[in-house]
Amino acid sequence: MAMAEGEKAVVVRDLERRFGSFVAVNRVSFEVEKGEIFGFLGPNGAGKSTTIRILCGILAPSGGTGTVAGFDIVREAEKIKAHIGYMSQKFSLYEDLTVEENINFYSGIYSIAEEKKKERKEWVIQMAGLGERRSTRTALLAGGWKQRLALGCAILHEPPIIFLDEPTSGVDPISRRRFWDLIYELSSKGVTIFVTTHYMDEAEYCDRIGLIYRGELIALGTPEALKTEWMREDVLECVCDRPQEAMELIETIPGIKEVALFGKGLHAVVEKAETFQEIIRQHLLDNGYRVIGIEKIVPSLEDVFVSLIEARDKAEQAQAEVRK
Amino acid sequence: MSPRRIGAMARKEFIHIFRDPRSLGMGIAIPMIMLLLFGYALTLDVDKVPMVIWDQSRSQASREFISHFLGSRYFSLQGYVDKYPEVEKSIDSRRALVSLVIPSDFAGRIASGRKTPVQLIVDGSDSNTATIAGGYAEVIVAAFSQDLLLQEFRRSGGVSPSNPVELRPRVWFNADLESRNYIIPGLIAVIMMVIAALLTSLTVAREWEQGTMEQLISTPVKAPELIIGKLIPYFTIGMFDVFLAVMMGEFLFQVPLRGSVALIFAQAAIFLIGTLSLGMLISIVTKNQLLASQLAMVATFLPAFLLSGFAYPIRSMPPVLQWITYLVPAKYFVILLKGIYLKGVGPRVLLVEGIFLSVFGLVMFVLANLKFKKRLI
Repeated sequence: MAMAEGEKAVVVRDLERRFGSFVAVNRVSFEVEKGEIFGFLGPNGAGKSTTIRILCGILAPSGGTGTVAGFDIVREAEKIKAHIGYMSQKFSLYEDLTVEENINFYSGIYSIAEEKKKERKEWVIQMAGLGERRSTRTALLAGGWKQRLALGCAILHEPPIIFLDEPTSGVDPISRRRFWDLIYELSSKGVTIFVTTHYMDEAEYCDRIGLIYRGELIALGTPEALKTEWMREDVLECVCDRPQEAMELIETIPGIKEVALFGKGLHAVVEKAETFQEIIRQHLLDNGYRVIGIEKIVPSLEDVFVSLIEARDKAEQAQAEVRK
Repeated sequence: MSPRRIGAMARKEFIHIFRDPRSLGMGIAIPMIMLLLFGYALTLDVDKVPMVIWDQSRSQASREFISHFLGSRYFSLQGYVDKYPEVEKSIDSRRALVSLVIPSDFAGRIASGRKTPVQLIVDGSDSNTATIAGGYAEVIVAAFSQDLLLQEFRRSGGVSPSNPVELRPRVWFNADLESRNYIIPGLIAVIMMVIAALLTSLTVAREWEQGTMEQLISTPVKAPELIIGKLIPYFTIGMFDVFLAVMMGEFLFQVPLRGSVALIFAQAAIFLIGTLSLGMLISIVTKNQLLASQLAMVATFLPAFLLSGFAYPIRSMPPVLQWITYLVPAKYFVILLKGIYLKGVGPRVLLVEGIFLSVFGLVMFVLANLKFKKRLI
């Protein structure tokens, strides 16, 4: 729409936001291409919402620069607001208004052209699957409906960039799946999507992800790149009987970084797969476990994330020790 | 500014109000109940002051004297007593506020033309009523004395002299000195002040609490659009309240309306814009419904009730308080309403008050706009 050809959808340099002495966002830099689905992955309180709020122009940064849709996040916040759709964590609908009344309200607020109003309203109702519930008070809708209606209201004006802050929290799995189908559909039309989540599986749906931890961006890339390039250690998948007890046993082996239950088996993070494959097998057999298989696997995003976080925590601990 | 956005905002706010019986009750029922309660309860008239009489004289002269008291509408006889302890008991128990004691030589003294003292004991614990009752008694006694003098002259064959100076009071604007006539117009001002500020004090804070404000500030809506949109429904309710109050004044309290009804509504509109904006400002600053409503209540009710001059004359306040009253917008609206209602005066006489109200409205509206930030924190 208003974005010049070739411009990035979002550019952020050394973005910082402090609340008193607490640093919520710590010198974060990244870019989002137009038409991309960009995921911001991190645990609660990592600074995801703070970042998204700054990008939407509703929170001033303490430092750093950035543009959204080509507009400066500090000086042109109001211009940004005309070119984005934002869906905050709580689906910000008016509960005492009906489905249609909520749509009408936002349609007025976004000044949708008179001749397009009806068409956009029908689109939202279709998209959200609310055909039968036009006149239902929003308070009575289930989570999935509320979520899709909130999305619809936030993008009535067909913005080129959409910011979604944990859009799927508190929504059932089927609605989550349906929601992502919608996101793909929008993305296929060239809309840029910036989404935060703490669900690892959702992160896999994104074109690119940024891992954010304690206000810092600790990794950035496609899900594939993160899994193959960002993790120094190897991951072994062990399938054996009594995995719960086996986990406790494997943890005692020196050199094992981490063990976690994963599906039917265990994931063990080790320095080198080839050496530890045999050590673990031997240990399990010696203690009377039946070993079905031990294989090196491509790590899941969760493995990558956990390993990166642990590396960061260890480094910080070491720094703290030195400072003492 | 976009009328579309203002319209969308106003329509949404109307729906909130009509779907919530509490806000409708607060907007319409409460002010009417307040007007009824205060209108009937708050009367500053003193009549039918309960009295007991100790007539030690028990003569024809004393009975005639007493009949002057009982004939007036200002006193009502509660009974006769015959000793001081009984007088004391009547006043202690609030059976009587005044007690008249006529000495035993009353008839004799009058017959011989000597000065005749009569005692009036007044309950000073209600000083306002005591002063007024004392005044009434003085007037009655003076009239009685004058009658006696005239009789004396006639008996001695003289020409009855007329008083050299005679006071003929005419009370303008409220000939019967009905306190209701000046309380009701003032009361409308006080009630509108409180209700208007309370109504809007919730509206912005509620959106912050419910999280919908975060969504709103991410849209292109502008501060004045949001504020005007939110003011429109409450302004409508406020004007409807004024209409109901004027109707009640006319038909229920029968307060004479001598001036222009249009002027009342025009001034009410200006007053409402200021007061609604004040409530909005409080809501914007606090972002918390409970705090906002309490603050709105304190900021409007006490000043409007005590310092607006609606019942308690500003002229008898200490100078510092008198100065403070200039900051109480209800004061100007009270003067305006009393002027239009009782004196029937027009805009030329009330220009200063009208200007003050307009300035108040403008300042509040501008402040609300300046304080509303489309940013978190």
